[in-house]
Amino acid sequence: MAVGKEIRTKIKSVQNTQKITRAMQMVATSKMRKTQERMRQARPYAEKIREVMAHLAETNTDISHPFLDARDDVKRVGIILISSDKGLCGGLNANVLRQFFNEAQSLMDKGVEIDVCALGQKGYTAAQRLKMNIVASATHLGDTPQMDKLIGPVSVMLKAYQEGRIDALHIVYSKFINTMKQEPKSEQLLPLKPEELEQEYPYSWEYLYEPDISSVIEFLVKRYIESVIYQSVAENMASEQAARMVAMKAATDNAANVIETLKLTYNKARQAAITTELSEIVAGAAAV
Amino acid sequence: MSTMHVEVVSAEAQIYSGEAEFLVAPAEMGEIGIYPRHVPLLTRIKPGPLRIRVAGQAQEVLVVVSGGMMEVQPNAITVLADTAIRGEELDEQRALEAKKAAEAELAKASDDKDVAQARAALKQAIAELHALEYLRKRVH
Repeated sequence: MAVGKEIRTKIKSVQNTQKITRAMQMVATSKMRKTQERMRQARPYAEKIREVMAHLAETNTDISHPFLDARDDVKRVGIILISSDKGLCGGLNANVLRQFFNEAQSLMDKGVEIDVCALGQKGYTAAQRLKMNIVASATHLGDTPQMDKLIGPVSVMLKAYQEGRIDALHIVYSKFINTMKQEPKSEQLLPLKPEELEQEYPYSWEYLYEPDISSVIEFLVKRYIESVIYQSVAENMASEQAARMVAMKAATDNAANVIETLKLTYNKARQAAITTELSEIVAGAAAV
Repeated sequence: MSTMHVEVVSAEAQIYSGEAEFLVAPAEMGEIGIYPRHVPLLTRIKPGPLRIRVAGQAQEVLVVVSGGMMEVQPNAITVLADTAIRGEELDEQRALEAKKAAEAELAKASDDKDVAQARAALKQAIAELHALEYLRKRVH
């Protein structure tokens, strides 16, 4: 009996889609654990370097360095935009990009020009589409944050700041809050805000510096910025996997609902066909 | 004998954490040995082995780092180690590459980058060789 062939094909195709989304969900779940672990591992370095810098700021209250001094006249701002390379992760990239565009718009309204450093394919494409000035980028970062791939774009931005081509450096990324929640965040990296380093220390002492204080500060600030960016990339990756897991779970559930409704329609059609056929037979027999 | 707390961390992971009696590090101005209650010091370190002597252990702990920064306080040492292979020249090449990627012109890595990479990798390899040599000497 050839009833509802279209419906059966449709059920089959939704089932296939469901298989894919379920597989993606499981892959994202296992990757999420790994990315979270990496995010956690990056923390001690950031904490330690912050401590060392706080010690330094404590003992030298009058240090002055371009990285620390705010500039009065901000003409051009560098924004590091961190996004994922791949889609199918819910509203994650859309949220980050909205945050980024809002920030860019409010800066442009003030007459400030913008240089973009795009880490991640999605952000790169979006910035390119809007014909923004992209000065550096790194895409295809994979699932493991690697310092190796970040050093290049970061040093482009640091150099631009040191040479005065940009007057501030911001970063936009997705902060990982928990599995269900990721928040787009934007922060200022340069010039460093001194209050970020303020901590209470019972001792203060004069350091010996090798080779000299200014190169030590420069080295520390560079490494600090790099570690912040590394941490942000790690958070972004964890957010990506979490968002994908949630999105794929929703897709799998939706597919199950669609299959259920389709099956109901199919069965109804089948029963209607059987009833019609029966009544035809009965009517035929009565006529004889 | 008094001890000091030693922590070696890199951006990617925590490498070592524990108490130590004595530590030797490849500082930029030359190798330095540090006992507890050392004068506070901030120094850059070169690629090479960190030797950490732990109380009650005959063997020194050996950690190879590819450069970084070391903070010495009277009772604590923090080593901020680099993980990636670094070098002024190589960083420069990486920066160029990132710029090129932005302009979508990155057909293939330039020869300059290869040379810089090789040179930095060589430095790292030499540091590791030094560490191995040191280990070998200690065994015999």
